[in-house]
Amino acid sequence: MTTVNLISQLIIPVFILFAVAYGVAKKVRVYDCFVAGAKDGVTVVIKIFPYLLAIFIAVKSFQASGAFDFTKELFRGLFTVLNIPIEVLSIAIIKPLSGSASLGVFTNIVKTTGPDSLTSMISAVIMGSAETTFYVLAVYLGAVGIKNTRYLVSICLISDVVGIIIAIGIVKFFF
Amino acid sequence: MNTIWFFLITVSVIFSVINGKLDELTKSIFDGAKSAVEVSLFLLGIVALWLGITKIIEDSGLIHRLSRLFRPFISRLFKNIPKDHPAVTSITLNFLANLFGLGNAATPLGIKAMQDLQSLNKDTETATHEMMLFIVINTASIQLIPFTVIGILAEFGSKNPSGVVLPTILATILSAVFAVGTLFTCRKIFK
Repeated sequence: MTTVNLISQLIIPVFILFAVAYGVAKKVRVYDCFVAGAKDGVTVVIKIFPYLLAIFIAVKSFQASGAFDFTKELFRGLFTVLNIPIEVLSIAIIKPLSGSASLGVFTNIVKTTGPDSLTSMISAVIMGSAETTFYVLAVYLGAVGIKNTRYLVSICLISDVVGIIIAIGIVKFFF
Repeated sequence: MNTIWFFLITVSVIFSVINGKLDELTKSIFDGAKSAVEVSLFLLGIVALWLGITKIIEDSGLIHRLSRLFRPFISRLFKNIPKDHPAVTSITLNFLANLFGLGNAATPLGIKAMQDLQSLNKDTETATHEMMLFIVINTASIQLIPFTVIGILAEFGSKNPSGVVLPTILATILSAVFAVGTLFTCRKIFK
């Protein structure tokens, strides 16, 4: 644990130092070069912004309109039959949509069901093994202006569902 | 994405009418706009920072040397990237940042990777197989230690907060394998 933690803390400073030192050794004007690269970064983020705006508006209204709660109700029966805590469903639906919201839901689950409950365990594994899919898609596709995504979005969504099933299965098997 | 966006918006409006939550809906739309600005501002800082650093790596020629070094590790998955192309390095660095849970570096390096992959793309509006593979692996969230999650579990007094590490790694690997497998299957089918 601590070793991995230490590597995590070291990796960025060491990498930056190495990049700059190597640049100087190769007679690159590192300061000017950094500024030029950073300028490209500004352009990219401006390019991404409209995509993020579209995603955030859609996700926020989905939550506020009560559609999110309705989706939960829809699956409630299935989860009860399979003996899976219903709170897990909140995490499963919110994680692909929003990172900050899922962190809030997760903290709430840990607070109400206790940190060692089955619900907390399943939620923890889902939090660690699933990604905010829509955000990733918006940022990465927006950055290069891809419009035709072919079968990418379907694969990501199917994988999210399968990933959550896998997470539940593994925790049920382990604990 | 067009279908999903249309679906989310339509469903939201219909539900807010049924539930009498039109007020909340209007508020949430502006909330969403605000969040988009906040996240973009945050991105602006870290993306500019990392694109600055990677520009130094590019101009010093280090990126090509690293690409040659990293290539054996990812060439099995990304077959169509030339040997010392910058994409090899940016993809590897993004994966490493993800593995160590360095989200602030992973996203900017991922954007760099997408730009590098775009430079190999003939049809700039259509995603290539390599791009899809890169994104699919990213959405599977490859991470060794979920620090945030462990932190929260520990904060609420879990007896063994790092107990989630092994199941999380297992779940991640299995779902990543599934996602990549599905992608390669789709590639065969839709060729």
